[in-house]
Amino acid sequence: MAGLCQEANFQLGADVLAAFEKGLQEETAPAGKDIFRQLLENARIAREESVPMCQDTGFAVVFVEIGQDVHITGGDLYAAINEGVSKGYREGYLRKSILNHPFERQNTGDNTPAVIHCRLVPGDQLKITVAPKGGGSENMSGLKMLKPAEGVAGVKKFVVEQVSFAGPNPCPPIIVGVGIGGTFEKAALLAKEALLRPVGQKNPRPEIAQLEEELLTEINQLGIGPQGLGGRVTALAVHVEVYAVHMASLPVAVNINCHAARHKSITL
Amino acid sequence: MSTEVIRLTAPLSDPDAERLRAGQQVLISGIIYTGRDAAHKKLVELLDRGEELPVDLNGQIIYYVGPAPAKPGRVIGSAGPTTSGRMDAYTPRLLAAGLKAMIGKGARSEEVKEAMKKYKAVYLAAVGGAGALIARSIKKARVVAYPELGAEAVFELVVEDFPAIVVNDVWGGDLYLEGRKKYAILKE
Repeated sequence: MAGLCQEANFQLGADVLAAFEKGLQEETAPAGKDIFRQLLENARIAREESVPMCQDTGFAVVFVEIGQDVHITGGDLYAAINEGVSKGYREGYLRKSILNHPFERQNTGDNTPAVIHCRLVPGDQLKITVAPKGGGSENMSGLKMLKPAEGVAGVKKFVVEQVSFAGPNPCPPIIVGVGIGGTFEKAALLAKEALLRPVGQKNPRPEIAQLEEELLTEINQLGIGPQGLGGRVTALAVHVEVYAVHMASLPVAVNINCHAARHKSITL
Repeated sequence: MSTEVIRLTAPLSDPDAERLRAGQQVLISGIIYTGRDAAHKKLVELLDRGEELPVDLNGQIIYYVGPAPAKPGRVIGSAGPTTSGRMDAYTPRLLAAGLKAMIGKGARSEEVKEAMKKYKAVYLAAVGGAGALIARSIKKARVVAYPELGAEAVFELVVEDFPAIVVNDVWGGDLYLEGRKKYAILKE
């Protein structure tokens, strides 16, 4: 657990690095190209020196897939995860960004508690994914309960407006996670889960993959560009997840990730 | 966009600020101070009470950053910019107190932009998320106020060739608006 927190912050994934290389080729703005070069250099320094790529080492968002044949012994799983987060952030010289209460705002000192999502799955394995999430891009996320009549066009309008509103704030080039359907909280969770996919991997449903493509094109026409300085590459990818939905509803959630799209998994 | 890089020595004079234009790249050397929302709130509370600030802000640059802890033998941990908009509510007061430049990322409010023109101050952007790279230009760091705030304390930083880009100049230029307009593909 502690190692996962540190690795996620030190080692940017090969998928994100490949997306930077692609962005460097596609970006036409000179300043935007320069940003991609700096991001590649930054990732190299972080990996080689075992320092965090970004000082905002995030809220530790932890996804746990528990095989239903697994029996966890020796204590509280949630406490064990938090202990790992605490150790990882303290020993890895990662920033502690978590405050105890929305209004009291006292730093807890060890970046706990984590946000933990557990899911039961078939099998006898335990998979843990740590996805440290920065505050700047999280703050630019949004959710709207659309009317079903607004349909795909309404969803696209909301997603593009949200990215447009975010502008330079969430550290573009961004990755846009979109959750459509389910309930209020399900849509938000889908959007978060969409960010865990390797950057640029399409949704297996062809109509959703098509929507991802169309959204990416529209977003990259906004002109925001790397760091908001103007350019053609505002988003590296748009990942959409969908779920069944109530006949009365069309929820859509947009979770924005900065270019430091960090996540590491381990299967036990 | 100009490819000429302007070298600045902090603290800044009025003429230093006045010659900058949105879109220019700058390399800053000298002493700068850090501050995030929590520190800004405390500074403005001191101004409200008519008390002296822990740092004289005349000509100074504030860098919006909450650095990661320094590994042993290092000056500072990763230290990239945080979102500047959270400081907007406090910024005009600090500009009135002599603050000459701010380094952060993301757009400023209309009130802050107006105050920058009025008090001849500039807003600079550093590359958000490039904290490991930026830390290399920070040569010394010490806490000068509010140590209880941890990463949010006010640090005095000695920087050498700290890279930034001018977003808002004293003449109303705004790189975020101009850059976006230049590269937007208009939908008819």
